[in-house]
Amino acid sequence: MEGEVIIGLEVHVQLNKLNSKLFCGCSTDYHDDDPNTHTCPVCLGLPGTLPVINKKAVEYAIRVALALNCVVQEETLFYRKNYYYPDLPKAFQITQYDYPLGLGGHILIKGEDGERVVRINRVHMEEDPGRLVHAGTIDRAKYTMVDYNRCGMALLEVVTEPDLRSPKEARAFLDKLRSILDYLDVFDGDLEGAMRVDSNLSLAGGDRAEVKNISGHKGVEKALNYEITRQKNVRRRGMKVVLETRHYDELRGVTVSMRTKEEAHDYRYFPEPDLVPMRIADWVPRVQEELPELPDAKRDRFRTQYGITDDHAKSLTSEIKVANFYERVAGKAPPKLAAVWVADVLKGELNYRDLSIENFHEDQMVEILKMLEREAITEKGAVEVVRQILDEGGSPAEIVKAMGLGKAEDDAVRVAVRAAVAECGPAVEDYRGGNEKAINFIVGQVMKKTRGRADPGEANRLVKEAIEEL
Amino acid sequence: MLRELKEEIASGSAEEVISALLERVKRSKLNAYNALAEESALARARKFDGSPWAGRMAGIPIAIKDSISTRGIETTCSSRILQGYIPPYDAHVIERLKAEGAIIIGKTNMDEFCMGTSTETSCFGPTRNPWDTERVPGGSSGGSAAAVAAGEASCALGSDTGGSIRCPASFCGIVGMKPTYGLVSRYGLISYANSLEQIGPLASTVEDAALVLEVIAGHDPRDSTSAKTEGGYLDGLEDGVRGMVCGVPKEYFGEGVDDSVERSVWDAISVLEDLGASWREVSLPHTKYALAAYYIIAMSEASSNLARFDGLRYGLRVGTDKDWHTTFSEIRAAGFGPEVKRRILLGTYALSAGYYGRYYLKALKVRTLIKEDFQRAFQDVDVLVTPTMPFPAFRIGERIQDLLSLYMADVFTVPINLAGVPAISLPCGFAGGLPVGLQIVGDHFAEKTVFRASRAYEDATPHHAARPQEVI
Ligand SMILES: [Zn+2]
Repeated sequence: MEGEVIIGLEVHVQLNKLNSKLFCGCSTDYHDDDPNTHTCPVCLGLPGTLPVINKKAVEYAIRVALALNCVVQEETLFYRKNYYYPDLPKAFQITQYDYPLGLGGHILIKGEDGERVVRINRVHMEEDPGRLVHAGTIDRAKYTMVDYNRCGMALLEVVTEPDLRSPKEARAFLDKLRSILDYLDVFDGDLEGAMRVDSNLSLAGGDRAEVKNISGHKGVEKALNYEITRQKNVRRRGMKVVLETRHYDELRGVTVSMRTKEEAHDYRYFPEPDLVPMRIADWVPRVQEELPELPDAKRDRFRTQYGITDDHAKSLTSEIKVANFYERVAGKAPPKLAAVWVADVLKGELNYRDLSIENFHEDQMVEILKMLEREAITEKGAVEVVRQILDEGGSPAEIVKAMGLGKAEDDAVRVAVRAAVAECGPAVEDYRGGNEKAINFIVGQVMKKTRGRADPGEANRLVKEAIEEL
Repeated sequence: MLRELKEEIASGSAEEVISALLERVKRSKLNAYNALAEESALARARKFDGSPWAGRMAGIPIAIKDSISTRGIETTCSSRILQGYIPPYDAHVIERLKAEGAIIIGKTNMDEFCMGTSTETSCFGPTRNPWDTERVPGGSSGGSAAAVAAGEASCALGSDTGGSIRCPASFCGIVGMKPTYGLVSRYGLISYANSLEQIGPLASTVEDAALVLEVIAGHDPRDSTSAKTEGGYLDGLEDGVRGMVCGVPKEYFGEGVDDSVERSVWDAISVLEDLGASWREVSLPHTKYALAAYYIIAMSEASSNLARFDGLRYGLRVGTDKDWHTTFSEIRAAGFGPEVKRRILLGTYALSAGYYGRYYLKALKVRTLIKEDFQRAFQDVDVLVTPTMPFPAFRIGERIQDLLSLYMADVFTVPINLAGVPAISLPCGFAGGLPVGLQIVGDHFAEKTVFRASRAYEDATPHHAARPQEVI
């Protein structure tokens, strides 16, 4: 189709939930620390040091490969990718290159017109280089500093086939991938540099341009939209799009040419002699067995088990913590009501505040839902309670009381009390006649009318008041 | 000899032994050492004399090839580019030596980054052969071999990528052992060609070599290629060769081999026969491809291993304040010698897209064939007996201009590295006053067999006892 957009992605995922780096014992918990404090002779590439594979990292990689429906190879094999760059202290990167751990997978995303299968070409492991810190902007800096804290972190590169047809689909893919990785408990997507994307985009019939190192799913969508406009303009002017690598300038929202393929590197790949192939075929069945229920399966189950809409099910299952929160709430309160309040209200309020679900306790949600159900508070009031909990803390009951949101509840009990007293003439007479126990019958009627939600002590007091007022 | 030295030190003074050794080094003209660890060695010796510690090498001084990382002691690989580099960590073998009580006295000269057969490519100038100072000591562990031969070290470590322990052992008339690939951890050995090289001992006797190997061998989790082995190299050392079958590979004799060398080796075979071994001719048919395969693999790996030396974090610094590409290019231009540059360039070329299949992959295939040659041979024989070098030590400057002839000198040592099997070089006589080396090769992890055969031969011959005059 003329002008059809073809996009493929290479996503670098940092396995930052590992305790140590890919080939040395250095801690991965460097994000709040000074530069070059999480290093050792191995990740600094000092002469004579050797890499030793982190087996946990391999297991994480197998987990991801299986979750993306890839075929896992029988053994691991690593290559050296040789190039000079100051962030690469050995002057080569150890990568699986030609022998990816996982091959030929796929995932489902919400495409422009319904569900779309996106094929995964490969999943492979490699080490992260260090980080360059420019004194100023990249093109004007007088000098550059290197921070090797990141150097040697385990990276997974997930490469798609060119199956994406719009920037929006690219974003949907990344959202889905992130969701799956979140379920697998292999990375924390909120940490800096956790996910970095290289994208290839071409218009049908034209050459492709690679846009490198975009961070953020929104950033990817924006960069690709810019790239489409740029390539269309190039064509409109009667010129050809050249095969090249471009850099996305986030501040200006444009892509800038970095180098053309004529200067392409020859990376002189060859097998890394310091790492012996490791047989992993025997691990696969166990890892497969231990795979958690993934977002798509959970979404289907939520829909059928809780009778909620697909939109709610999708929203509730995109993050594992939210899904688990919902399930705990749905076990104690009406699931459909819970879906609305978790997916539509709570998630929105959390997003607005840039907070995670850990800031809200499931019992608080259950309490709010129960109040709603017995019409003790209005929906508007319930939203207020949610906001108040997030902003100031406190329990729903206290907040309802303090903010006077609970009026409706008192009224409901009083209505029930008046009705019960009116209906139970003989019992009222018995009570007045000195039979204290007769009041229990009337309180029982109040409980029945309020379907057990009135406080019995409180009901007892209100019934006595009502009889005296007669 | 180490056994006697250990007793001498225990009953006398480590400080005296070591200061005498250091004095000998300082008045020597051999240029065997790049750096002496005088202060730390003497301090450790005094400490030992004060309260002696136990250990298989308690109090024994040892020299270390400058390709092995030693914490706090400059480690240069005899290259300008590593000038001033002081490793912040010890190689595994150094940790092992220290744990067994040994005292490191200094770092020995070598061919720059192990690239050579003569120790002439060192940025510190050549080491001289103690038997004839106009001649090379062999390489690349020439400093270690010359030091041991001249009594400037009681024993030493070297590293052997394509003969770098055995060649200088042969030229200097001492014992040098390259273990099976994976027997000794390479952690801390500065890589030249990491799929080929091993650290090993250079010593005056077979027993000394076995003792040092016993100390440095064994599994190290920091080297993924390191094997789990049992050791015990001193056990059964004197059990003799009765019933042992020696293979004599026909490709290792004849054209290109000095007559005097061939004669010494055949004499050695007769000695073994007299001791109760038998011999038969075997064939290692792919030997003729070994040199080419070796140099392609070694240079390719070297081009990658040596790429990290950019002067950014350690080592040589020249020029100022230019952009990174210019700066590191200038540093590499100034820091590497011509042989190193040549091998980096050739290796880079061999790995390049379009040539990779033609050179590197083909070399790997040849390597497999050579491995199979050895596997086949060891189905019928216990050890192989060959010359270590085709000729005795040559004159300084004689071959360095004729590289091909220099590379050809490695013809009997490189196949052993390609196959990954263990081999030793022993003194087996003299030709024109220069030592000749006998190479005994074993199957994978058959170090004990190699040592046993070597010890039997050593016991029956006087060659190992011959020592050169002190050169002042
Ligand atoms: Zn590290």
